Amino acid sequence: MKKQDGNNVGSVTHHASRFTHRASRITGSDIAVKIENMRRTFGAFVAVDNISLEIKKGEIFGFLGPNGAGKSTTIRMLCGLLMPSGGSGTVGGLDIAKNPEGIKRIVGYMSQRFSLYDDLTVEENINFFSGVYNVPKEKKLERKEWVLDMAGIADRRGSLTRDLAGGFKQRLALGCAILHEPPILFLDEPTSGVDPVSRRNFWHLIDDMSQAGRTVFVTTHYMDEADYCDRLALIYRGRIIAEGTPSELRHEYMKRDVLELEVDRVVEAMDVLSKSGIDAAIFGSTLHITVESESTGRQQITAALEASGIKVKGCEKIVPSLEDVFVTLIEVS
Amino acid sequence: MFERIRHLIIKEFIQAFRDNRTVFLLFVTPLIQLFLFGYVATFDVNSISTAFYDLDRSYESRELARRLESSGYFAIKYRPESQQEIQDLVDRGHVLCAIQINRGFAKDLKRGTPTQIQVIVDGTDSNTAMIAMGYVNTVIAGYGKERMNSLIRAKLSKIEFRTRVWYNPDLKSRNYMVPGVIAVIIMLTCLLVTSMSVVRERELGTMEQIMVTPIRPIELMLGKTIPSAIIGFFDMSLVTVVGVFWFDVPIKGAFLFLFLCTAVYLLPILGIGLFISTISKTQQQAIMATFFFFQPSILLSGFATPIENMPDIFQYVTYLNPLRYFLVIVRGIFLKGVGINVLWPEVLALFVLGVTILILSALRFKKRMT
Repeated sequence: MKKQDGNNVGSVTHHASRFTHRASRITGSDIAVKIENMRRTFGAFVAVDNISLEIKKGEIFGFLGPNGAGKSTTIRMLCGLLMPSGGSGTVGGLDIAKNPEGIKRIVGYMSQRFSLYDDLTVEENINFFSGVYNVPKEKKLERKEWVLDMAGIADRRGSLTRDLAGGFKQRLALGCAILHEPPILFLDEPTSGVDPVSRRNFWHLIDDMSQAGRTVFVTTHYMDEADYCDRLALIYRGRIIAEGTPSELRHEYMKRDVLELEVDRVVEAMDVLSKSGIDAAIFGSTLHITVESESTGRQQITAALEASGIKVKGCEKIVPSLEDVFVTLIEVS
Repeated sequence: MFERIRHLIIKEFIQAFRDNRTVFLLFVTPLIQLFLFGYVATFDVNSISTAFYDLDRSYESRELARRLESSGYFAIKYRPESQQEIQDLVDRGHVLCAIQINRGFAKDLKRGTPTQIQVIVDGTDSNTAMIAMGYVNTVIAGYGKERMNSLIRAKLSKIEFRTRVWYNPDLKSRNYMVPGVIAVIIMLTCLLVTSMSVVRERELGTMEQIMVTPIRPIELMLGKTIPSAIIGFFDMSLVTVVGVFWFDVPIKGAFLFLFLCTAVYLLPILGIGLFISTISKTQQQAIMATFFFFQPSILLSGFATPIENMPDIFQYVTYLNPLRYFLVIVRGIFLKGVGINVLWPEVLALFVLGVTILILSALRFKKRMT
């Protein structure tokens, strides 16, 4: 995953400019999704703990957090699949608790698990879903061709879905989830288990949806994907611990500096540092260390490591990645 | 709404026909069951292997042996020479029945004094033993009566039995079994198809995808139960056709009436199928639950053993068993050729039971879905 980081940085800048341009179009008045103090408990376990969010129309809203943080539970409540235990919310202006059936007509949902019929052909899957989504007869053919084209599998329409490669399956799943052209899309970890190239292509698709005016609510546990989003919320143990644009998160939540350390024996160095009370995280062949200030931090680290005979080859201050931000925020909370 | 249900049904059938195992379950299993019950499961007792120990060695004793054999029920395979030999033959299971004629049998008959014949029957299989004993009695009593008539040579006023068996004059078990197989096959197939198709979707995660579409639980239920019902009707017709044309089972009643009764019978069955789908997380659990229900249903239905023979408490339990009523209906239609004027209590009971079960299951199903 880390290896991808470098690649993504390029595409991020490319995207970021488009997003800034578009962000200006969005006005505060049109809200696509709004939740207030939403809670969900399973027995004694609190899966989602009083979260509040506002998502604007046309926005790509990223919901980030480790597995089990409450991402899927939130998304399932928003789609009308699960009743909240407390709090309130609206999706497209419809009340979650009172009108889950209405919500189902205006949202597209792609679940974490691949959820098309493996034993149907590509075309049979599309026909089935356009049937149950009430796509009007005269539009069915057009929508089918659109999905086949979007997923790049027009020549495989007769193949069994189980025979498709992961990336194609996932695009087909997205296509089937939006056959009825819903204005709001919920994607639950759409890129998990898909190869890096397909992941990137998939994010381009999401961006296209957003360009077309759809609101996209997407969860992921890949931190490097966060930069594709207009705004983000970090969720941890059922609570939102930070919210903002990617750049706000980097700068406002990250008051401290991040140093990237180049040493020979990474794991050993991490042990040595933790003994002297300095927390470090391994990033590929380097260590990332969050410090109060660059200069004093650098001195402390170098001293501690050289006392144990580990040579410091380089120590640079870097722009924190969202992963750094996340790790720091988790430590704080 | 109908459009969505139509698409669900189409999808179920595409899936069913694409999977070889399902095709086997739907088309081959009913036939295997039918052939097993038609050929193998029979209560008919013929050519009972018999030992005949004749100590009298008279014309009369030989005449009795001849009559036993010519009845068709007995095949005298051994003529033992001692009690010990009889014991041995029965122990080894070579014979099911041993008949001993004592010395003086012919003399007693001629004199008109009471005489005794020893009959030993292997009671391991109580049912067959009972039937064999009945046949021995019939043959011997018949012989005794004739002897008496010739002895007295007087026409005394007498009571004669003239038995006539109605509905199944040849008393063939097959005619009783094959209609029962229809009831059992419909139950097993529909329970499995309904519960499995719901649970499979839950297991694979496609259920969640369906639940975010505008499909309502009632539509999903119909989309799942209608294909099962169609398969149920198909299996019913298949077994009926093969039963009538291959096994020569008579169908005296109207096929259309059978068809309508099957529709009523499907109500409780599909309801139970839905119920099983709400209590099972995996397909394996669904199969287990189905058989857990299936086994007692068969025993408490009168399929193989008469309900009248059961202890009272179990007889009451059978009133909750849809199979019980449908067995009466199919046998009535096939063998007696009766219609709604006779069978209405069963049809009504099945309908009330079915609607109740279906509503309760549907509510539970709906609750599980939302």
